Amino acid sequence: MSGHAEAAHAEEHAGSTRLFLIVWISLVVITMGEVYIAYLEFPAVTMLLMLIGLSVLKAGLIVAYFMHMRFEKFGLFLTLVPATIFCIGMMTVIFPDSMRLFHIRMLH
Amino acid sequence: MTESHSEAVAGAWSGGGSPYAMGHKKLGMWLFIVSDVMTFTALLMAYSYSRVANPDWPRHVFPIWPAIAFSTTMTVVLLASSLTMVMAVAAAHRGNRGATVKWLLATMAGGLIFCALHITEWFHLIEEGVRLFRNPWGSPLFGATFFGITGLHMTHVMCGVFYLGVIAFGFGTSRFSDEDVEVSGLYWHFVDLVWMFVFPMVYLMSVKY
Repeated sequence: MSGHAEAAHAEEHAGSTRLFLIVWISLVVITMGEVYIAYLEFPAVTMLLMLIGLSVLKAGLIVAYFMHMRFEKFGLFLTLVPATIFCIGMMTVIFPDSMRLFHIRMLH
Repeated sequence: MTESHSEAVAGAWSGGGSPYAMGHKKLGMWLFIVSDVMTFTALLMAYSYSRVANPDWPRHVFPIWPAIAFSTTMTVVLLASSLTMVMAVAAAHRGNRGATVKWLLATMAGGLIFCALHITEWFHLIEEGVRLFRNPWGSPLFGATFFGITGLHMTHVMCGVFYLGVIAFGFGTSRFSDEDVEVSGLYWHFVDLVWMFVFPMVYLMSVKY
């Protein structure tokens, strides 16, 4: 295989420079959108949901394209991502307790 | 069950060939990244817990200048360093050692600029009286969680700069392969990914209108 053909083959499997530039510009635009949203004075829960939603979108772009997950075997995704999401979900179990503590402290 | 199928199953249970079609270094880095995701998730969860549980938590502390301007610039710098890292990995796969080293050095420069901006931002807060266990605005836990989370992230960036330096030297002198560059790239993108959650949860949720 010639050098050019090898390079084209590698790009086909790991994304092209143009694709990475599009992803990078998308990440910067989403970041600017987050900063804009932060100044719109939404209620805290609405703000948190919007910012976390956009951050998850950014994380997805980074993992899929910059970390090449999209170009790996699907088995890697199935092994790592659902288990990680499950563990993160389990950590949120303690969160409602903070609201209980808030109300107790407000009463005293 | 045919004999060839039995052999294939036995082969897989003896360690198999390469179930994910990648080397052990790369798989090891992915597993490390998952464990580090848990560390940062736990810290951000503790931060959010403390913020909700404390009525006197300082909720509007970061003005647009310098805190938000600095942290936004830091985010763009870190994203730019991820792009240069992608270029380094692509150059390594093409076998272009000179270009790989240059892109790795550019990535390291991005990491160093990020750290310099972050330390400057820390000094702004320290000048305002924020310490690990006290601050002028409310709950003393604010300083501990803020410096704990951003400090651990900055430590990751500094370790990453050192790691990339070793890889750049090793790849430039033909001691390391393109897989080593790709594995270091995974680490660097992960550091970038973590900041994508620290920035909105710590800074943007606490802007001063």
